[in-house]
Amino acid sequence: MNITILLILLGAGALATYGAGNKWAPKVALGFSILTFICALTFVNQHNSSDFIVKWFSNPNVSFAIKSDGLALTLVLLTTALVPIILLTSLNKEIKNAKSFYALVLFMAGAMVGTFLAADGFLYYIFWELALLPIFMIGLFWGDNSTGERKKTMMRFFVFTFAGSLFMLGSFIYLYQKVGSFYIADLYKANLNSTEQFWVFLGFFIAYAIKIPILPFHSWQAKTYQFAPTVGTMLLSGAMLKMGLYSVIRWQMPIAPLAAKEYGPVFIWLSLAGVVYGSLVALKQDNLKKLMAYSSLAHVGLIAAACYSGSQDAITGAVYQMVGHGFVIVGLFYCVDIIHSRYKTIQISDLGGIRTLAPKFTSLFLLVLVASIGLPGTFNFIGEFTMLYGLGAQNISYAVVGGTSIILGAYYMLKMFQNTMLGTTQQKPFDDVSWSEGFTLILIIGVLFYFGMYPKPLHDLIAPSIAQLNVYINPIK
Amino acid sequence: METTFVLLLLLSPFVGFLSALFFAKNKGNLAGYIGTTAVFVSFVFTVLLFNQVNTTKNPIHIHLFEWMQLVDFKINFSFLLDQLSLLWLLFVTGIGTLIHLYSISYLHDDENRHKYFSYLNLFLFFMILLVIGSNLLILFIGWEGVGLCSYLLIGFWHTNQNYNDAAKKAFIMNRIGDLGFLIGIFILGYVFNTLDFVELKQAVIAGNAYSQLEWVGLATLCLFIGATGKSAQLPLFTWLPDAMAGPTPVSALIHAATMVTAGIFMITRLDFMFDLTPAVQDLMAYVGAFTALLAATIACFQNDIKKVLAYSTVSQLGLMFLALGLGAYQVAVFHVITHAFFKACLFLGSGSVIHGMHGEQDIRNMGGLRHKMKTTHITFAISTLAISGIPPLAGFFSKDEILLVAFHENTLLWIIAAIASILTAYYMFRLLFLTFYGTFRGTEKQAKELCESDGFITFPLVVLAVLAAVGGAISIPGNSWLENYLKPVLSQATEAHHLDATTLTLMATAVVGALIGLGIAFFKFIKREEVPMTDDRIIGFTSLIYDKYKIDEIYDFIIVKPINLLGSFGKNVIEPNLSKMIFSVDAITDSLGNQGKKLHNGNLGFYLFAFVFGLCATVYYLFFIR
Repeated sequence: MNITILLILLGAGALATYGAGNKWAPKVALGFSILTFICALTFVNQHNSSDFIVKWFSNPNVSFAIKSDGLALTLVLLTTALVPIILLTSLNKEIKNAKSFYALVLFMAGAMVGTFLAADGFLYYIFWELALLPIFMIGLFWGDNSTGERKKTMMRFFVFTFAGSLFMLGSFIYLYQKVGSFYIADLYKANLNSTEQFWVFLGFFIAYAIKIPILPFHSWQAKTYQFAPTVGTMLLSGAMLKMGLYSVIRWQMPIAPLAAKEYGPVFIWLSLAGVVYGSLVALKQDNLKKLMAYSSLAHVGLIAAACYSGSQDAITGAVYQMVGHGFVIVGLFYCVDIIHSRYKTIQISDLGGIRTLAPKFTSLFLLVLVASIGLPGTFNFIGEFTMLYGLGAQNISYAVVGGTSIILGAYYMLKMFQNTMLGTTQQKPFDDVSWSEGFTLILIIGVLFYFGMYPKPLHDLIAPSIAQLNVYINPIK
Repeated sequence: METTFVLLLLLSPFVGFLSALFFAKNKGNLAGYIGTTAVFVSFVFTVLLFNQVNTTKNPIHIHLFEWMQLVDFKINFSFLLDQLSLLWLLFVTGIGTLIHLYSISYLHDDENRHKYFSYLNLFLFFMILLVIGSNLLILFIGWEGVGLCSYLLIGFWHTNQNYNDAAKKAFIMNRIGDLGFLIGIFILGYVFNTLDFVELKQAVIAGNAYSQLEWVGLATLCLFIGATGKSAQLPLFTWLPDAMAGPTPVSALIHAATMVTAGIFMITRLDFMFDLTPAVQDLMAYVGAFTALLAATIACFQNDIKKVLAYSTVSQLGLMFLALGLGAYQVAVFHVITHAFFKACLFLGSGSVIHGMHGEQDIRNMGGLRHKMKTTHITFAISTLAISGIPPLAGFFSKDEILLVAFHENTLLWIIAAIASILTAYYMFRLLFLTFYGTFRGTEKQAKELCESDGFITFPLVVLAVLAAVGGAISIPGNSWLENYLKPVLSQATEAHHLDATTLTLMATAVVGALIGLGIAFFKFIKREEVPMTDDRIIGFTSLIYDKYKIDEIYDFIIVKPINLLGSFGKNVIEPNLSKMIFSVDAITDSLGNQGKKLHNGNLGFYLFAFVFGLCATVYYLFFIR
């Protein structure tokens, strides 16, 4: 059995979902997504780093190459675990044309899994772009159009990210000219001089900086998160932005290590600026989804900084945090969605006093929130600690500036929590969480606390592959 | 066997937390009984383990599993129960049990009791973890965990947004310190490649630190910043008075006896590290002394019974930091313990008063309570005598030792500490006299319903008052049990001060000082029967002190406001303009749209196409034709 089965499962799942009709679509999609997750889990347990290559075209020299080391498997596991959870959050909702909607979700998941597994630049690029299409359509056709800005926002999002990717394509084409192959192992050995590396690095950077996003390439983010349907927002923030972070470690840094070393500090500071800036702007948001978007900008800025540092500890921490942030942001958006399903508003100024009406929901929300602010005992602490430790080893001021997220994160999150959940009630009824809502949130919280107390399984999965990559990222002269 | 004991000791409050939360809702006092039993179980195991370690003199190490792994070293999930941690556990779980018992009556009509007791149990779980962790990171789990519980309990009455503000402020101010703590941990990790206390100590003894002393100095400075947050010292102390928004037993347990001493615990744990960096020690001593003085002056003008005690706590913690800064670790620990006794008693006593007065906290509306609240009055009076340093009560011995050390090390610090002590005697007796003596100034309804609290409340008061009276026995000058007990864990014992002429003179001076404070309070509030002015009549310098030197306002002006302004600037100025700049494509369509609406939406597709086409053409030209 080969790991491409995950792609086949998701693809077949998308077709089956579409074929199942609107009534059965959610269940079929959920079934396939769980099956995929179980499959991915078995691969992780066997842990056979099965790289394989099939020739695809000879001119240009493109192959269907898959590399499933611990790094790729972690991200695949994250994606395949989040998809069923995200689907669970939407089961009780009325979604028009459900068959297309759920088919697109599975299609997108497949493309993301492909992106993480691809070991050939061309194949990778195809998956990368394929993942963009479904989320664009989900946003465009199922998004919130109450203010009439949906179409414009989604177009912006598409144009921006698509345009960014073209710079990456440029880098790949240049590399192909030099090396004559798109295969990752060949690209690692490309032997570019530092000027060439700089341009290749920059090409990658523009694509990733927009996807992640890194300051100041984030202007698509807040509104896209706001107007996309919650499932779309979760897919974007939980899984898709990890494509950019993953690619920094997998492609950008090892292919252009000299440029990474030389210009690294610039990119680290840019990312750290996002940490502070995102936190400050989050502080003033009134819309819960936008607040989460800016909090995501802040959290992801720290991950990006850790990736660009090239420190082995920081990168390992970055991968931890990709997982941690993936779960926590899905949990947060789900809480926002639950509030929206009761009150039909997510403006903080319209909310308050929910704790009195829904104590269970409040407790669950608070648990997700403490994970988000990285309280020790949650997996997010493990991630943040390892990243900041690695960053600080290079330059202690990285750790200090990045660490301000500990303070500012607590500030905007607790302020939001106070104004949303505490205080006097609105006297409007608020049904406490239903059985399925509670189950989904507990699943997320369980994962975050389990790995917070016992991160060893993930460490054993991630660390060896980071050590391997480290050879290319920090080459010994 | 040991492992089982330690796990039971640790997990009992956690089980209590879960059971109270899930099984005790709407079941009357059940939550209270569960909570009290859970902590009492911890106390019993603490006593057992304490006896073992006290006889064998061997610390207990327990390794559970490998927690985190960095490239250079591992961080284990393991515990260290030595003399220091067991001493701390004794009073944490002991006072914890008493305060749980007290809470059963204090919160008897609150419908969310089960939550209260579950949070309080959770707090004890984290506090125990903090104390028994064998490395800095386990300590840090407890450190942040108690912060979370403190947040939950300060904001326990969550419909009141002022309380919620106080809770949020406590958490965020603590997090400022926590960042310092984390940076300190990082630096120790870089320098020593371990965070384990025993290994760190070995490395320091082996002399590994001397080549990187400046880094070690930075690390201890950062750790001290962490301690100023948790233990409410300058400049991060303003959260503690606000934290009085929580239920009074919480103030007694968390914000007086246990959590706020965590900073002192951590520094005592790492005494060998701080001994390497005298500059940081000096800073610590001065910060402690000034905090003690500043908070004492504020306490003299407060009229809220709990606020007086809160500032008093800050002031006493300052004295402990002074001792730490002077390298007199066991003196600081001694004062932590006696302070835990009398301050817990004072807070619980104030709770009894507030309970009897139906929520009244303003001492201007009290007076003469001693007639109807006899037990509360006597226990409160004993603790007041103790904190003021009247012999032979516990506070006399511990405070006296601090003054003694200060006198031998640094006269300026001694003067500051002595003034703070005189002020302590003054404001404490002012509090005692205004509350329990004179004539009753409350409403008639209050006067009629005023009565002594029940046994759940008075029993802990009596126990604590006894401890406050005789607790000093553990370290009598010249024959200190505590010093011998702590000798194995402290790196260098401070020179023992024998009962010589200087010592005796200093003791006498201290007693005279305390009597001066007492005397002034007696003259003002008993003889002349003064009552503090109403708020609107407080003016000038007095009002400046009454408003705690406007420190909150200053922080607001120089930190909170600018942060919010930057946030607004980002939200309202940078964000829209950044969008505009990057989507100038859009702007063109918009301006065209103004002239011909039909172009408005449809053209985006064209621009997209043109953009992509142009870029593809460029790429193609650059790479394939050129």
